[in-house]
Amino acid sequence: MSLLKEPDYGTPAREGAATVELTIDGMAVTVPPGTSVMRAAAQAGAAVPKLCATDSLEAFGSCRLCVVEIDGARGTPASCTTPVAPGMVVRTQTERVGRLRRGIMELYISDHPLDCLTCSANGDCELQDMAGVTGLREVRYGSGVDAGANHLDAPKDTSNPYFDFDASKCIVCSRCVRACDEVQGTLALTIDGRGFDSTVAAGAGVPFMESDCVSCGACVQACPTATLQEKSVVELGMPTRSVLTTCAYCGVGCSFKAELRGDELVRMVPYKDGGANEGHSCVKGRFAFGYASHPDRVLAPMVRDSIADEWREVSWEDAIGFTARRLREIQAEHGTGSIGAITSSRTTNEEVYVVQKMVRAVFGNNNVDTCARVCHSPTGYGLKQTFGTSAGTQDFKSVANADVILVIGANPTDGHPVFASRMKRRLRQGAKLIVVDPRRIDLVRSPHIEAAHHLQLAPGTNVAVVNAFAHVVVTEELVDREFVADRCEGFAEWTEFIARPEHSPEAVEEITGVPAGELRAAARLYATGGNAAIYYGLGVTEHSQGSTMVMGMANLAMATGNIGRDGVGVNPLRGQNNVQGSCDMGSFPHELPGYRHVADDDVRGIYEHLWGVDLRDEPGLRIPNMFDAAVDGSFRALFVHGEDIAQSDPNTQHVHAALAALDLLVVQDLFVNETAKFAHVLLPGTSFLEKDGTFTNAERRINRVRPVMAPSTGKHEWQIICEISQAMGYPMHYESAAQIMDEIALTTPTFAGVSFAHLDKVGSVQWPCNEAAPDGTPIMHKDGFVRGKGRFVETVYVPTRERSTRKFPLILTTGRILTQYNVGAQTRRTANVAWHPEDLLELHPHDAEVRGIRDGDMVVLSSRVGRTTLRAVLSDRMPVGVCYTTFHHPVTGANVITTENSDWATNCPEYKVTAVQVALTPEQASIHEKPAERPVTATERART
Amino acid sequence: MSTTTVPPHVRLANDIAVQFHHHTPNRAATEIAEHIRSYWEKRMKEALLAHIDAGGAGLDELAVRAAKLLRP
Repeated sequence: MSLLKEPDYGTPAREGAATVELTIDGMAVTVPPGTSVMRAAAQAGAAVPKLCATDSLEAFGSCRLCVVEIDGARGTPASCTTPVAPGMVVRTQTERVGRLRRGIMELYISDHPLDCLTCSANGDCELQDMAGVTGLREVRYGSGVDAGANHLDAPKDTSNPYFDFDASKCIVCSRCVRACDEVQGTLALTIDGRGFDSTVAAGAGVPFMESDCVSCGACVQACPTATLQEKSVVELGMPTRSVLTTCAYCGVGCSFKAELRGDELVRMVPYKDGGANEGHSCVKGRFAFGYASHPDRVLAPMVRDSIADEWREVSWEDAIGFTARRLREIQAEHGTGSIGAITSSRTTNEEVYVVQKMVRAVFGNNNVDTCARVCHSPTGYGLKQTFGTSAGTQDFKSVANADVILVIGANPTDGHPVFASRMKRRLRQGAKLIVVDPRRIDLVRSPHIEAAHHLQLAPGTNVAVVNAFAHVVVTEELVDREFVADRCEGFAEWTEFIARPEHSPEAVEEITGVPAGELRAAARLYATGGNAAIYYGLGVTEHSQGSTMVMGMANLAMATGNIGRDGVGVNPLRGQNNVQGSCDMGSFPHELPGYRHVADDDVRGIYEHLWGVDLRDEPGLRIPNMFDAAVDGSFRALFVHGEDIAQSDPNTQHVHAALAALDLLVVQDLFVNETAKFAHVLLPGTSFLEKDGTFTNAERRINRVRPVMAPSTGKHEWQIICEISQAMGYPMHYESAAQIMDEIALTTPTFAGVSFAHLDKVGSVQWPCNEAAPDGTPIMHKDGFVRGKGRFVETVYVPTRERSTRKFPLILTTGRILTQYNVGAQTRRTANVAWHPEDLLELHPHDAEVRGIRDGDMVVLSSRVGRTTLRAVLSDRMPVGVCYTTFHHPVTGANVITTENSDWATNCPEYKVTAVQVALTPEQASIHEKPAERPVTATERART
Repeated sequence: MSTTTVPPHVRLANDIAVQFHHHTPNRAATEIAEHIRSYWEKRMKEALLAHIDAGGAGLDELAVRAAKLLRP
């Protein structure tokens, strides 16, 4: 399509029925109460000139360009700040307001460089547009350097790797400052000075890169001139066409306009009608797309007989033939179950579907698993056991109606920043916040936000804490009796369990480290504070009791009636873009698409009939089982689709041993990643910009992924899977990705109403989308749980076997940060490395001091399974005895440290609890041992 | 540096079993067996049963009890 420019109505929409009737320029308009005259006029087709107004921000009323005349009103009010009233008669174009507007524009232009023809925003500048709209023909005050005092020599700040700030072009409309406040919620920008001296400043007069700016791009998006401009636009020029697609980073699933010149991607602009993000973005989705065209991309298939050999480029035909032949040979020698595959949470639903189909229908086993194994598999288990389906309950918008927000084991401002902005907006409006996390994450205290309670629990004690919450609810009679009686089962047995004294906050205080009084207060707030919503992340799931904890949270939500309506729920914040979708598509070894067990004859029959093969009725191997079986020799070949298990999975030594033991490892990826070092076949993958399909985000929203450019490898990934299947003797053919989705819809009841045509028509839908819910299901379990009655489950706290010892006295927990993503394969190949060039070990100053460690020292981090070296950062946001690092850089290899421990139900690794020791590296220690150099005194100098 | 020497099927079975210690032995065994039946691949179940046949060293008593329910 040509360049897509969404209409800007000037001020935000107001909810409610359109009941206010007024007349604008002779046209009758009816809008909801609270709507501005500016917005009503725009909706009527009588757009009013504006500069400081944009509909992502509340009205500000500073530029005065939007003045109108209103019958019976004095003067010329600003239409942006004037709400509509019944019977109001508005005139937007009169001689009087025209004269005023030209006068305002004269003043603006008198202090603006007149370099429109060479300006990077030429053609996309609202100041330029308004000069035209207002009919400005002369500037009586002079212009440019002839206009007297001006800002034309104001310095340009180019410190940010993605955008420039050119103060000489700033009209001080405050849109950037307000976007940072209202949309992003970081409050990094301000207007410094007064009157003529007013300038936009990032923090206390420091460059953008040194400020609190998180580079979300909201200010760039809001800027009406070229003051804040993407460097890519400066370098390449204005884009000329747009393709609507979906971000491939986190599970928020933001919609973007990919804006191109010809076939060259110029910029990614968040799409206002995107259901997940509504026009907002983060530094990754907005700017960090350069990896897609990075020279490291592998574009041709490569093969080698042994991992000691050099890669040799081959044709697609040869690579596919080699792969198919070796897979069949290995099965012939070692049995049907000796091969398997891992699907990717980064690829599309359609790609995942065909990979699991290849395993079940062509490999003839159920040895398929997905990287969700190592992140949110406990969510799937826990929510299915309690609610009946493996998905979060709400849409993201729901948080706007939450009164109490309970964040457990999640760090949304880093991991899910665009959703975090929604959450922060609600918190600034007054919703109460409870944070359960060993670390003092940014949400605990940030501008205009302070958690009512931060329960800084000991790692590994989540279940004890959630049980104590429930104990308070039950014993203090805070249960929603009506909800429980109508909607749930197993309550009496659970009540008897949870009311036992050993679950009281006082009893578990010694285990959890959470003061009983604080926990009681938090539980009361959750139960009585109005709509209470739980948001959680991998700090819940990546534990030996991850699944138990998910069920514990579900118990809590059911007991308090916080399920089935807006503003409540149990909401997993998914790590990768298509974790939800990869699970939905039947990636788990025990489930066919739609979370239906392989032992279910009826479900298997659907696929057997369609695919023309008999399917196995027993579960296959999970990822860690595959590694164990590879080491013991019964599992010999693995197809890894778009995952870097050698870096991301725990206990690296064990993973490497497993991969090295394979007779055949096929890796499909964008880059020669760590896993590919053990591979025999490397099939080049397509970036999200080249894919055609769908992603499903954390709110079950199915979004279209549209090809921005043709596959640089010459093939779609689903085509490659089909060709391998065909080469293995099974005819698998689709004309398009849309046809794959049609098969998904045909066989999966929750997707029955989904098709590319429907998505193209409505934008996105949240499953279930079928005859019963043709428009999708933003909020689940409204009138009943998917399983019928919500099921209370007894959640016994069982301590992890991973304990701190004299040898390993600290507990390590791992996670990620804002600017990097997962194993860093993408973000490390962008300018995001400017913010996080290496993995760091966060350590409490006390733990550092007793080890002689200073801020910035290189340290050895060791556990019972391995050791690595990295730089220490002292931070009192860590509790004493706990340290933290990320796993974004292979050179650090943080998973050398993590162990084989896993969630009892799903084998999700226990990344969050590893007993470790930290010590200075010998080199660092020797530096410390040298006497500090001091200046030579005058006396000493005289002696020499 | 060392990793555990406990065979994976023993470690994983014990991890499951300990979650059901609060139930009566019969109920616990039934639930453990159901879990293993639903989520374990055939060769893992066979390895567990073979381990029990060889004496069941290091295996939780409830896991042993559950394994009996897995036998054909």
